[in-house]
Amino acid sequence: MTLAPTLSPLLLPAAGNDGFDWSFHGPKLVEALGQTLYMVSATLLVGGGLGLVLGLALYTTRRGGLLAHRGVFAVLNLVVNVFRPIPFLILLMVIAPLTVALLGTRLGSTAMVVSMSFAATFGVSRIVEQNLVAIDPGIIEAARATGASRWRIVTTLLVPEALGPLILGYTFVFVAVVDMSALASIIDGGGLGAFALDYGYKRWNFAVVWVTVAVIVVLVQLAQTLGNRLSRHVLRR
Amino acid sequence: MSPIIEFDDVTKVFESPSGPVRAVDGISLSIEPGEVFGVIGYSGAGKSTLVRLINGLERATSGRLVVDGDDVTRLTEAQLELKRRRIGMIFQQFNLFRSRTVAGNVAFPLKVAGWPKADRDRRVAELLDFVGLLDRAHDHPEQLSGGQKQRVGIARALAAQPHILLADECTSALDPETTQDVLRLLRKVNTELGVTVVVITHELDVVRSIADRVAVLENGRVAELGTVFDVFTRPTADVTRRFVGTVLHDRPRPADLDRLRRTHDGCIVTAEVRDGSTLGAVLGSAGELGVAFEIVYGGIGTLQDRSFGSLTLALDGPDAAVDALVERLRAVTPVEVAS
Repeated sequence: MTLAPTLSPLLLPAAGNDGFDWSFHGPKLVEALGQTLYMVSATLLVGGGLGLVLGLALYTTRRGGLLAHRGVFAVLNLVVNVFRPIPFLILLMVIAPLTVALLGTRLGSTAMVVSMSFAATFGVSRIVEQNLVAIDPGIIEAARATGASRWRIVTTLLVPEALGPLILGYTFVFVAVVDMSALASIIDGGGLGAFALDYGYKRWNFAVVWVTVAVIVVLVQLAQTLGNRLSRHVLRR
Repeated sequence: MSPIIEFDDVTKVFESPSGPVRAVDGISLSIEPGEVFGVIGYSGAGKSTLVRLINGLERATSGRLVVDGDDVTRLTEAQLELKRRRIGMIFQQFNLFRSRTVAGNVAFPLKVAGWPKADRDRRVAELLDFVGLLDRAHDHPEQLSGGQKQRVGIARALAAQPHILLADECTSALDPETTQDVLRLLRKVNTELGVTVVVITHELDVVRSIADRVAVLENGRVAELGTVFDVFTRPTADVTRRFVGTVLHDRPRPADLDRLRRTHDGCIVTAEVRDGSTLGAVLGSAGELGVAFEIVYGGIGTLQDRSFGSLTLALDGPDAAVDALVERLRAVTPVEVAS
């Protein structure tokens, strides 16, 4: 839940205006954290998945690639280059009509997931492409020499061979998506960004801001530690 | 028996920024079933391209190339994929899948060929036993030494029971001892499984160790072709002589000859030594002709289980006597007189 951002702090009840009040702020913080986790994980799932597909397409269609195709690559490359540099705050506005068409609303966490997934797809695609390029071409040649089809190589070999670096790439994306989710809060998506904004910044209650910062730092640390461990496990070093 | 691989005027042209490059230039040669065929050449001679034409990793620009009954230059990509299941390949850098275990690497071609899981497991164990790595089945490639990695590469290449094994510089990343291990294993593949082996290399020792016949490649063309013994004991092309000179030091080079002439009196002659050569008997008669001889250079080795080499002698005595001895030597073996 969120408060309308236009509401004047002076009209609000006195509770929660000074310091971090566990009984008042606690439940709201938990709810906001839940919304953030929902937005971030849904974005990683949708945007991360689409980005993986787009990254594989970029990698395989590039010159010398398994499915090398100058035209397809040129189009994909252009699309990524057009959308990726758009600042996320502006992209939120650009995507709003699409979100309304898809969901019937531009508000709420799920609506934010649409914009965030859109933005994440293009960022992720480049990270995926970069990590796939690092695969030794000899490994792909060895697979082709066994008679494996290009489709089999793309679907069963490429991702496992680049999995270690890919996990680190997705960990990086997780942090970027947390950042995005805070920005999305401004256009009414709920989550930790909205919580810090409405209960902290707008009421000049910095205890709330700092608690939010602490929660996000812990969240990012956990994700980074998990990502590092997973990639080390996959790389066996 | 008809050849298992037959190149008929095959050419492969690559487009490069500096114009077209003819990596393989009108090559015609036949490889017989069950033989170990060596292709030797310096880097850039076109040998890597040549071997990749056989399994269609590179497509010929022109010519006909029949492999195991099919003209691979006419096959579609899908048909080639089926064809490749019957052609194993091993590589200089092994090219094992890092994401898979030793067993997983060997199982990959079997999955491609659609073998059921139980058959796959049985075949993987059989192959790892064949290459002596059964106890490493669950290790990952980076836990193995170079020689062990190449053994896994060989097991993977043989998994789907190919008729042909292509070995692309398969020992160039290995030390001499491991090289011999891997070559012994390739020999075993050839003799025990009857697989035709095509060995691409820039090392004469590799060809000498296992090949029956050899093609010497230069600038995309065959400079010389024949049995390993013939090609390397009687090289006719310059490129072959250069290769022979890298491993066989039985004949004195010009600088050696200069030194020998300074330090020895008389005539310097080099006589070939072969199985059944009777050089000793002839030299035994040197005394009665009044010629003193000294062995000043030379070496005798083995090539394809046959002796070959040469000895360089300093013959000192009256000119007529020396000439008579050289004539007697010529009667039993080729002799080269240093001028």
